[in-house]
Amino acid sequence: MFLMLKYALLSATVLMLVALGGCFSEHSGVINLALEGIMVIGGLVGTMALNLLPADMLPVWKVVISICLAAVSGIVYSSLLAFSAINLKADQTIGGTALNLLSTAIALVVVKRYNGTQSAKLSYDNTPFIFQAGPLTLNVFLIIGLVLLAVSIVLLYKTRFGLRLQACGEHPQAAGSVGINVYKMRWAGVLISGFLAGIGGFAYIVPAVQTWNFEVGVAGMGFLALAVMIFGQWKPGKIALAAIFFAIFKSLANIYDSIGWLSALHLTKELYNMMPFAASMIILAFTSKRSRAPKAEGIPYDKGQR
Amino acid sequence: MAESEYVIEMLNITKEFPGIRANDNITLQLKRGEIHALLGENGAGKSTLMSVLFGLYQPESGVIRKNGQVVRISDPNDANDLNIGMVHQHFKLVECFSVLDNIILGVEPNRAGFLQKKQAREKVVALSQRYGLRVDPDAKVEDISVGMQQRTEILKMLYRDNEILIFDEPTAVLTPQEIDELMQIMKNLAAEGKSILFISHKLAEIMAVADRCTVLRKGRCIGTVNTAETTMEELSSMMVGRQVNFKVDKKDAQPGEVVLDVQRLTVPSKLHKNNAVKNVSLQVRRGEIVCLAGIEGNGQTEFVYALTGLEKQSAGTIHLCGKDVSHAPIRQRSKDGMSHIPEDRHKHGLVLDFTLEQNMVLQRYWQPEFQKNGFINFPAVRQYSDRLIEQYDVRSGQGSATVVRSMSGGNQQKAIVAREIDKDPELLVAVQPTRGLDVGAIEYIHKQLVSERDAGKGVLLVSLELDEVMNVSDRILVMYEGEIVGEFDPKNVTVEELGLYMAGAKRM
Repeated sequence: MFLMLKYALLSATVLMLVALGGCFSEHSGVINLALEGIMVIGGLVGTMALNLLPADMLPVWKVVISICLAAVSGIVYSSLLAFSAINLKADQTIGGTALNLLSTAIALVVVKRYNGTQSAKLSYDNTPFIFQAGPLTLNVFLIIGLVLLAVSIVLLYKTRFGLRLQACGEHPQAAGSVGINVYKMRWAGVLISGFLAGIGGFAYIVPAVQTWNFEVGVAGMGFLALAVMIFGQWKPGKIALAAIFFAIFKSLANIYDSIGWLSALHLTKELYNMMPFAASMIILAFTSKRSRAPKAEGIPYDKGQR
Repeated sequence: MAESEYVIEMLNITKEFPGIRANDNITLQLKRGEIHALLGENGAGKSTLMSVLFGLYQPESGVIRKNGQVVRISDPNDANDLNIGMVHQHFKLVECFSVLDNIILGVEPNRAGFLQKKQAREKVVALSQRYGLRVDPDAKVEDISVGMQQRTEILKMLYRDNEILIFDEPTAVLTPQEIDELMQIMKNLAAEGKSILFISHKLAEIMAVADRCTVLRKGRCIGTVNTAETTMEELSSMMVGRQVNFKVDKKDAQPGEVVLDVQRLTVPSKLHKNNAVKNVSLQVRRGEIVCLAGIEGNGQTEFVYALTGLEKQSAGTIHLCGKDVSHAPIRQRSKDGMSHIPEDRHKHGLVLDFTLEQNMVLQRYWQPEFQKNGFINFPAVRQYSDRLIEQYDVRSGQGSATVVRSMSGGNQQKAIVAREIDKDPELLVAVQPTRGLDVGAIEYIHKQLVSERDAGKGVLLVSLELDEVMNVSDRILVMYEGEIVGEFDPKNVTVEELGLYMAGAKRM
């Protein structure tokens, strides 16, 4: 049972962080399909940092620095999406997809070059990230996630920034007419999503295993996070709940053989691996009708248009 | 130095676009505390002039003065700083925000970035009481009426302490009662020292509320007159450059056989659980114009949807020239002689990004004259479209090849009218056919409706405009909450009487 809780919390943290990232971007009016790619970059930069930082450095510093670098790399990578979607008014779906393709390629090149072999596997030490709380094994990302969730709720609903950000995603012409710089707000939204997805990617890779094969990118977690965001109705609180729900499905794949009646069913592991994706499809099919997406998302803002 | 009599002066403004001089040496002077109307047909240059005042365009020549001082307005924020505010024709409101959030957006009271909504709320409530602007600050904009949305827009200006308030076609979306209320609000605002610019092409409203009126025509300033010293006839001839007939010329109707027979029609509503149309029966005969009058949202839209096949009724029958079309698809009804000028010309009338000729054959491209084995006969389409353009005087930049989106509203509507009438229908269903059009176009469309009637067709007109109801129709049916509550001969009923039925205060 504790094992299940451990895996569920791991996935829930990641899904929530990344979905929150998507939430900020979409509230500003930019669809961020590049979440998957940003996660890969965040994970890559974080794990590379773990390898490259001096071995005698204090573990706590290693944790702080590698997480910061993952976040910064996410911001930098998302700025590509921001530039194409906001300044060049490019199609956001295509831009995001391109960034997803590009990220895995970058990761492969960097890791293979670093290894000096044809292997895209990177090993690292994840012990500084993990701590024990009674019988439970937890990691620092859980705490970071909870803090960022609280910050997100306050930022979106209690501040001037949040009000303006949402206005830009709903009705940018209205925001523009009261003197808000829509371009700036959208940049802010996308960069925040890069920050969160960068950390999320690192949080996905590091705490679970000591070796990561970058051939698989982040295995569709970015897209699952998009589903979590939609299921969570673009609201941080509901996103957190949706993330837990999806995480439970996801963790089944890891622990089904240790639960008696589940392993007695003799289903293959692949079936359990499919479950979160199948669940997301079914849930979205039933809930997307009343989903309330930001109205102007995906539409490039043009100042001259009245 | 004494304060200037004028709060805002736009002197000798000229603004050119490639190929057109949108504003040619226009002068507009707004006195403090007056309601000043800006009158002109679509395309006369009203919007351009206001865009110049708002800093969206820079004029080629001319100056803007505020309180006698020359000012430069290079973007909307400058206009804001000069206390100029505007209620746009299409509201700039975030629908999922509360009224309060919409009002404070952009000028949020905050402490270190955190919103301080309490004090904002107090100020909004105080303002709404002072000017009689009923709003619920906590309601979401998507849940409130159009009238309240407009009051929210007005509060947005007042919250920013704007002195000069511009209303761009504010009555186009309102019911008669809401229009009266708005007129009163505008008078209150002027009495409190606000200066109001009122852009409109509705003469009656200008006469009722404005102190002075500046008339534009084809980019030129025709003159500024005191409304107390002028008449509607004079204003309209200034606006269009010729005499306009307000009374529709028509002979008495000669109703013939029944064209449309609707029995006990019931249509469910999409907005609420009740039926939008309840057990409605009506008939339209050849050679008469039957008008379905009522305040917006009383089931007229749903009735027309069911009648034309856009939606399914839950009960009732529709007979067209004796044939049962209750469950016929849209194309079948069209073939059987039903033409439809839809309420929303952008949604149901035209494919905006198609060319004019493509739109002209939308309902008949499959006929043998326009296609062979599934391939469109383009020369035939062009020829047909050219003929309609010529015959119905549809004006556009590149004739048949014009993308419809680029055309003016009046000409888009003319194109629909041409297409629908040229089908030679037995029944013409016209839903708010003159919405948002200027007097010239309105006159034209009314003439077409009457000539269809005189040609022995049945015409069902759905209208919210009482003037139109009274002038054009031969028989008036009033719809209230999905039922027909009254039937009148326009000669024997007054506008006030109709209004009582429309508001549900009286019924047969």
